[in-house]
Amino acid sequence: MIQITDLNKKFGKLEVLKNVNLNCNKGECIALIGPNGCGKTTLIKSILGMVLPDKGLITFNEKPIKKEYLYREKIGYMPQIGRYPDNMTIGQVIEMIKQIRNTDQELDEDLLKAFELEKMSDKKMRTLSGGTTQKVSATLAFLFNPDVLILDEPTAGLDPLASEILKDKIIREKEKGKLILITSHLLSELDDLITEIIFMQEGNVLFHKNIAELKSETHEHKISKAIAKILKRTRKNEPNH
Amino acid sequence: MNRIIKIILLDILKNKIVLGYTLILAILSWSSFALEDNSAKGLLTILNVILFTVPLVSILFSTIYLYNSSEFIELLLSQPVKRQKIWFSLFIGLSSSMVFSFLAGAGIPLLINATDSVGVMMIIVGCLVSVVFVALAFLSSILTRDKAKGIGIAIIIWLYFALLFDGMVLFLLFQFADYPIETAMVGITGLSPIDLARIQILLHLDVSAMMGYTGAIFKDFFGTSVGLIVSFLLLSLWAVVPFYISLKKFNRKDL
Repeated sequence: MIQITDLNKKFGKLEVLKNVNLNCNKGECIALIGPNGCGKTTLIKSILGMVLPDKGLITFNEKPIKKEYLYREKIGYMPQIGRYPDNMTIGQVIEMIKQIRNTDQELDEDLLKAFELEKMSDKKMRTLSGGTTQKVSATLAFLFNPDVLILDEPTAGLDPLASEILKDKIIREKEKGKLILITSHLLSELDDLITEIIFMQEGNVLFHKNIAELKSETHEHKISKAIAKILKRTRKNEPNH
Repeated sequence: MNRIIKIILLDILKNKIVLGYTLILAILSWSSFALEDNSAKGLLTILNVILFTVPLVSILFSTIYLYNSSEFIELLLSQPVKRQKIWFSLFIGLSSSMVFSFLAGAGIPLLINATDSVGVMMIIVGCLVSVVFVALAFLSSILTRDKAKGIGIAIIIWLYFALLFDGMVLFLLFQFADYPIETAMVGITGLSPIDLARIQILLHLDVSAMMGYTGAIFKDFFGTSVGLIVSFLLLSLWAVVPFYISLKKFNRKDL
């Protein structure tokens, strides 16, 4: 569904993405992990067309996304730090996005109800806590039943209850055969969600593996341990690093 | 496009600054007509007020508004909206609200008190100057991510066109007073939208008779219909070119 070939991006002198190649298909739930500043968010923003790559090609449903915008109808995006117009209320923001999307398809208001956002719909965005802002972001990402969900650190800042609600929702959407891309640092949270894992380091994709494959290869049951094992192995293979 | 423009316009209307600006323009225009006994003098006073405040408010308000909409722009970009459309909508929203407040504030007293062609001319020029400085605001806000720097650039642009440029022109005039530079002066005028607007109006007032030889040369050029069209085209270029550059930059910007 999303294909990335030879993607390069530099911010000034800093090379954020170096020849990234990826292939994401329908029905997969992919975890994008890696240390801070390894280019995860830049990669995600490139898919959304917010960051424009220097080189390389991104295709969505076999169509290059360069200079396109309609493909974003099929993407729900939850940013790491949601930034919203300060003086708008929750209700106004949601209403505005609805107006902009202008679809007549049925809206998915599960999260709106589960997070009880309707009760606070006249609170201004400026006054919201980080967690509540995340709830708004999550609601907006799921609202239009998109085929692809891109979630950047979805559970960071959410309380355990809310994060459980969100995880359940992600699992339900996964079962509908959607492509879900999650970045996270909390590997333990991802255990029961994901089917594939992409590990990035310093702008490179270190590996892209199926979870079952990964577990059987390393003889570990927990993702975090399996990854630690692989990382150790790759370090041994490259003594210069 | 209409939906986004509507959202932006409503947001600007909620901002009381535009209403205050309209009110100030109205007070200034009404009082200058009330104070002067003939409408030509009143026009001259308004001209100076317009050429000072309209550019300042247009460029400052628009620059700050653009920096404050960075969240809004980011939010829209993750939605199925064309990049160009966002920038165009912001431009249309901002420039139309500036033009409307000019029309409401200064346009109405002008239409009532100066019913001749100069009044109409002043309204057209005022609208154009508003749009020009909104376009310059777009340019200054895209040049840097730093809000303080961007607003600084906007103020410098305004200072340059409102004060420094005139000073430089005067300096040149005195330095080269012995040479026939009158024709060159016509060209130099085109380098500043405020001067274009000022000369455009002055030549339609009786005071142009007092401007001497240079005034006569100006009248020879700007007084003809060709000159009129050229100067309006130049003014429009002052709006189109900065906005076009900012649009190109916005299309390549990483958010």
